[in-house]
Amino acid sequence: MTVLKNKADTLSVNRRGFLIAMGGAGAGLMIGSSLIGKAAEAATPATGAADVQFNPFVIVKPDNTVVVLSKHLDKGQGTASGLATLVADELDAAWDQVEVTFAPANAALYNNLQWGPYQGTGGSSAIPNSFMQYRKAGATAKAMLVEAAARRWGTTADRVTVREGVLTHSSGETLAFGDVAAEAAGLPVPEDPVLKTPDQFTLIGKEDLPRLDVKPKTVGAPIFTLDVKRDGMLVAAIARSPKFGGAVASFDATEAKAVNGVVDVVQIPAGIAVLATSTWPALKAKDLLDIEWDFSAAETRGTDRILAEYRSLAGTPGQVFQQDGDSEAALAGAAQVIESEFTFPFLAHAPMEPLDVVIEFDGKTAEIWTGSQLQTVDQYVTSATLGIEPTDVKINTLWAGGSFGRRAIYDSHIVGEAAQIAKALHLKNGGKKQPIKVQWSREDDIKGGYYRPMYVHRVRAGIDAEGRLVGWHHRIVGQSILTGTPFEAALVHNGIDHTSVEGVMGSPYAIPNFTGELHTTKVGVPGLWWRAVGHTHTAYVMETMLDEIAAAAGKDPVALRRELLKDSPRHLGVLNLAAEKAGWGTPLPAGKARGVAVHKSFESYVAQVAEVSFDAEGDFKVDRVVCAVDCGVAVNPDNIRAQMEGGIGYGIGHALRNEITLTDGEVDQSNFHDYEPMRISDMPTVETHILASAAAPTGVGEPGTPPAAPAVANAVFSATGERLRTLPFSKRSLG
Amino acid sequence: MAFQLKVNGDTRAVDVDGDTPLLWALRDELDLTDTKFGCGIAMCGACTVYVDGFPTRSCVTMVDSVGDSEITTIDGLEGKAAEAVQKAWNDLQVPQCGYCQSGQIMAAASLLAETPKPSDADIDAAMDGNVCRCATYHRIRAAIHRAADMMEG
Ligand code: FES
Ligand code: FES
Repeated sequence: MTVLKNKADTLSVNRRGFLIAMGGAGAGLMIGSSLIGKAAEAATPATGAADVQFNPFVIVKPDNTVVVLSKHLDKGQGTASGLATLVADELDAAWDQVEVTFAPANAALYNNLQWGPYQGTGGSSAIPNSFMQYRKAGATAKAMLVEAAARRWGTTADRVTVREGVLTHSSGETLAFGDVAAEAAGLPVPEDPVLKTPDQFTLIGKEDLPRLDVKPKTVGAPIFTLDVKRDGMLVAAIARSPKFGGAVASFDATEAKAVNGVVDVVQIPAGIAVLATSTWPALKAKDLLDIEWDFSAAETRGTDRILAEYRSLAGTPGQVFQQDGDSEAALAGAAQVIESEFTFPFLAHAPMEPLDVVIEFDGKTAEIWTGSQLQTVDQYVTSATLGIEPTDVKINTLWAGGSFGRRAIYDSHIVGEAAQIAKALHLKNGGKKQPIKVQWSREDDIKGGYYRPMYVHRVRAGIDAEGRLVGWHHRIVGQSILTGTPFEAALVHNGIDHTSVEGVMGSPYAIPNFTGELHTTKVGVPGLWWRAVGHTHTAYVMETMLDEIAAAAGKDPVALRRELLKDSPRHLGVLNLAAEKAGWGTPLPAGKARGVAVHKSFESYVAQVAEVSFDAEGDFKVDRVVCAVDCGVAVNPDNIRAQMEGGIGYGIGHALRNEITLTDGEVDQSNFHDYEPMRISDMPTVETHILASAAAPTGVGEPGTPPAAPAVANAVFSATGERLRTLPFSKRSLG
Repeated sequence: MAFQLKVNGDTRAVDVDGDTPLLWALRDELDLTDTKFGCGIAMCGACTVYVDGFPTRSCVTMVDSVGDSEITTIDGLEGKAAEAVQKAWNDLQVPQCGYCQSGQIMAAASLLAETPKPSDADIDAAMDGNVCRCATYHRIRAAIHRAADMMEG
């Protein structure tokens, strides 16, 4: 049973979110933290000694453990360890004394500094917005510990050094953090602690720093919402309308109620919820509900019809989002015009952990356990549903089994539905507190909407007789993700949803005459950001068009990009590095080909060269992807590589064969047999090279995804002359 | 209905309907939450346990079909291959979200117990049923090779 040796640790480390015990000394130190203060009162210290909280982000325990509070959800992207790295480095803690937990929901303390008053995780912003904040938190705590040690020794702070979690006096005497934490807590908080210069970093940029969450994740540790069990908890499964926007007309729950373990069936705005004493009866009984739906307000179009409408719109002028020079005149005068149309399907995120949430409501306060990605919106929606204050909604953010955007929902429907059930049961039960877990099945997830929306792009690009790009006309058709959401004001301007056009608008390529137009469509299928958002389709179009232009102009695809990117040094940097490492231009064995793509998203620059090989039937396999990334200071290099690997897999996997289609408004796919995920046999080897940089760090969760599919498509073209303009690639045999 | 399940060397009683998938009996009745739920239709491998030593999808294995077979979850996983796999997973930092990984490790340990020196094709064949939505496949492959080397050494 050797594998279990760290299981106990695992539990205590990762459940720390609800186990943190703080005493009076700690409470006195908290900077403007009423919520943590409340938590402190509620919790009873496990031992007599108190944990000491130095600021919203750093706790030192009597046993020397440094606990870093992550304000961001970690759904696999490595953020929690990354934030801990920032604190630990400035604090000069030893890595093996560091633990990480999730901060409570409290936007006053834990807002995303790129988003204003919202606490939340997304847009590859976790490390960028926290870089200075978390370093400063570590540096502040260190200065206070040093001062406390100096006082203990009757000396001054300049005689005290800190290394690997040990405070050392110039005489050689030593103290541990835990020895002086309580005294340090009483000292004034330095306003402007001195931060390290990059050459002083010990953990930031360190190559072999293990992620704090990896070990627990190799023993199946119970760290996910799926694993939460509360006393007397009921599990709920919800039947939602099979067409988006439908409502329950009537229902018969006789059969469902006959299932052993089912205790109740309630109607809520989201549909019909079956409550059972455990998961299986709930899931089983949900499928036995007999529901009559009212589809009068529902979306009833199929994707074929929506696509036909999009394609016809692509032939008409849209709303201009960018106009440089005169593209029509340039195209009229061009020696050759390349015109291409691209279609992109709806895509489900399908995170590995089916969506889930646990809620308890006592009539005044609510407590939630979930992989909360927008804590502030989750608080707001829960409070509005239950008629309580947002601050009376306590959220325990848990590790999430993936998200790719799916848990960052503008309407917080995952917790919202749980709150609807809690409210219904509260009324029925005469106010008794009833823990409820809402468990989605994979079918609920695949059919549940909130997809990467469908898009159509139509592009005309002109070259002159010398093969120079002279003009570009670009039309995008698709629904807005953000219109009608709380994020509209920030990201939709003059009717242009930035996420519909990002990656085309402001392209770094030196295109002399450019027109960009957008048709924003109305579709009743809810859309959502999906790993890299708009870049998932815009990068594909830009990068495969560039290759079409290179071919028309008789130029090498890398050479053409270099020419058009000469004023974009960071694009050039990654392009050149990827090309060099991939051996661009060197011969390949017969049946193999390379393709390239370069794209900036979320302020990180990524270039990829894909190598594909073909079998006798003409099917291809992606063998290798060489990736170069410039994301500023590389906080956790190995995690950056991991995110590039995962991002590439996500991009290629969906491009190969994934699409969500609708027939008369109903989703055709339901699970992994017909929304077939990328598997190990599809996965290329990935080689990631990180550009050395002193620039501020930028995100890595998403930027690996956009260039992957176009690099593959360009490799396929290079080998076969075949253009893959309709996604997914599995449609290629159909024409 | 009461069933006696032999799990990780113990005999444990569960009182559920016979059509209850073993996955939910383990998780909800026996609190063995290290086995995860991903699809419920044998398409992802997140729920992999061993039944009499064979990697089995517990989400489609009904409790009334188990009889007195020996069930092993990752909690009860032991042996040279398992240790090598878990060490390699740590060394190469395989997990991202981690949700699929107990299933991946069960599959990989079984592969190495049968085939101590697997080729890439062997790995594809043994691991293709285990989905990782974070696409940690590149490292899974490398970690299996690493574990094979460790077992040899
Ligand atoms: S949950 Fe059993 S194979 Fe997916
Ligand atoms: S690590 Fe996230 S699904 Fe595999």
